[in-house]
Amino acid sequence: MSVAQQTDNRQAAETLLSVRGVETFYGKIQALRGVDIEVHRGEIVTLIGANGAGKSTLMMTICGNPQARSGQIVYNGQDITNLPTHDIMSMSIAQSPEGRRIFPRMTVIENLQMGAILEDEANFEDDLRKVFTLFPRLKERRGQRGGTLSGGEQQMLAIGRALMSRPKLLLLDEPSLGLAPLVVKQIFEAIRELNTNEGLTVFLVEQNAFHALRLAHRGYVMVNGSITMSGTGRELLAREEVRSAYLEGGAH
Amino acid sequence: MANSTTSASANRPEGAERLSEERREAMRGEPPFVEAPTDDTRLVRALKEAGVTAGLVAVLTLFFFFFRTDIAVGGLNLTVDPKSWIIAVGIAFAGRFLLTYFVFAGERPTIGGWKKVAAASARWPIGKVLGITLLLIALTLPFLLMTLLPGQDRYLLDLSILILTYVMLGWGLNIVVGLAGLLDLGYVAFYAVGAYSFALLATNFDLGFWICLPMAGLFAALWGVMLGFPVLRLRGDYLAIVTLAFGEIIRVVLLNWYDFTGGPNGILGIPKPTLFGLEFSRGEGSFSDFFGLEYSSIQRFVFLYYIILALALLTNFVTMRMRKLPVGRAWEALREDEIACRSLGINTVNVKLTAFATGAMFGGFAGSFFATRQGFISPESFTFIESAIILAIVVLGGLGSQLGVVIASVVMIGGIELLRNLTGLQAIFGAGFDPTQYRMLIFGLAMVLIMVWKPRGLVSTRTPSAIYKEKKTIGADLVAQGEGH
Repeated sequence: MSVAQQTDNRQAAETLLSVRGVETFYGKIQALRGVDIEVHRGEIVTLIGANGAGKSTLMMTICGNPQARSGQIVYNGQDITNLPTHDIMSMSIAQSPEGRRIFPRMTVIENLQMGAILEDEANFEDDLRKVFTLFPRLKERRGQRGGTLSGGEQQMLAIGRALMSRPKLLLLDEPSLGLAPLVVKQIFEAIRELNTNEGLTVFLVEQNAFHALRLAHRGYVMVNGSITMSGTGRELLAREEVRSAYLEGGAH
Repeated sequence: MANSTTSASANRPEGAERLSEERREAMRGEPPFVEAPTDDTRLVRALKEAGVTAGLVAVLTLFFFFFRTDIAVGGLNLTVDPKSWIIAVGIAFAGRFLLTYFVFAGERPTIGGWKKVAAASARWPIGKVLGITLLLIALTLPFLLMTLLPGQDRYLLDLSILILTYVMLGWGLNIVVGLAGLLDLGYVAFYAVGAYSFALLATNFDLGFWICLPMAGLFAALWGVMLGFPVLRLRGDYLAIVTLAFGEIIRVVLLNWYDFTGGPNGILGIPKPTLFGLEFSRGEGSFSDFFGLEYSSIQRFVFLYYIILALALLTNFVTMRMRKLPVGRAWEALREDEIACRSLGINTVNVKLTAFATGAMFGGFAGSFFATRQGFISPESFTFIESAIILAIVVLGGLGSQLGVVIASVVMIGGIELLRNLTGLQAIFGAGFDPTQYRMLIFGLAMVLIMVWKPRGLVSTRTPSAIYKEKKTIGADLVAQGEGH
């Protein structure tokens, strides 16, 4: 696969996000035990792991809610470990949160408007057109309330809303959750498109290891709050431990 | 797209998209055009409908025209009168036939008529029609009352002023509770801050209503920020309890800070508002003197009415504008999902503070109006029941709905007043029944029934604040032919 080759060339590329030795606690319970992750500019990096491994916690820690108790998170050369969430999220990082969290009583257009709320209004029309080209379904449903969309459409809306803020780094928390295989394919295709056409850097947290690893340039495997394996997507897919733990059970 | 029927709505590009969608909704399942009926079918249809009408009339009038009873010696005398019965049926048949043939079928089939009406009303949504109607009534109400009900005009005008005060308070609270989703049980505190700010400024510094009004609003907004800053990290029930406590604190302070607020004695002699320096009283330099009118005490009421109407409309206007601005959109998004808001880079504390401060400011305006209208204020006017009534208005009207607040205010405040006068109930429950004693009971029951019937408030639909309309590129050849607009 040529994508993997490209990645190897990019290994030395600039680091956009780096997570170093991050530990996060919920009260007394330790959720992350010294996590190290690097995301380079223009990459798709995925983090896979079982339920409760701490994947979403890492995502939330990057966003500053909860904040890391120790360790450091650096984005674009700036330490963001102790910044409040709204400051982090206005630094060209966008997130499609776990469970989508679209605004159910607002229309599709209004949801997308909310994504662009910190942006210059002059860009709105252009960005909207881009999102509509990426997800034509959203255009069809533009006047419909968010809560009445199907799960797949809601996920598209959550990603579209994140894209409206013109991010450099897109954080996706389980975009395939509860979706039909065909829709998952569509969404992953869109992510790949964004990455190849626009050079968007994507950090993807997934349980759907097979699809995620096939899509990603590099991947990390998280078990019990620490990273146990890392490598290119292909390498991880080929490894026996990954296959037995995350694929055989899932890939019928 | 250049259909002549859409040209009217296309003048307003923002609404055009939604209107056409709504119209499509209304016409769903209907063929876009109804074929113009040919002469033959028109005749047949007219005859058929006339026949049905005549049949109905024949049955209905059978016992009125055909049989006739006259009082006669030893009982009733039954006579048969087929002539007038046949004439009645004949008139019905002819009338219906002519109507159907020339009026109904001439332009459109009778049965299709309803659907046309539905489509037309989609162009003018019922909320908009109702809103404009209410606005027109509100603008002309004093004159309507003076001409139609001259005996009761003062009482009714006073009641209207009261209702409008609650409309304004409801609209103010609607920003906090309806749009931003922050449950505020102590809204009356800002009402009190506004009233006392105005009263104290006016009596101590001899300032007029129009100078004190904005200052009172600012004071209230300031208190909104001061309260909001520490407590807005709380959510839902916890926030409600803290705001409830805040409302009580303000009242207790007003009650006990005797030197400053006059304690339970309140503040007397609050000046009345003037119209560019013209007072509403008898004699030199008064309103009636200046305009050469005969003095009447109702002039002051009319003036007060228009002040509160203007203030309320200002509240509405600001809210409607805010909804289209980023901060207003953030309010609504905050009500929907706070975590999503934060993930979009919105500083939720600031957004909540603006909602709190804006709501408080309008509460302050309403408070200073209350003070100037009464001429006397005391802490008794600012008890928890006021907060509860205002909140009930917002919830009953439908959270976030401006029109709902108006309807709910009229129903609640007008309803309470109406029950005061229900002496007619004595006819049912006996002379010992005093409706004023039961009015809260009846009223509570009515509210329960309304909430069962409409659990999300009287107006539960939310109008989107943005509509997307794609710019169309129109070829020059089309423009030249006068199409494509």
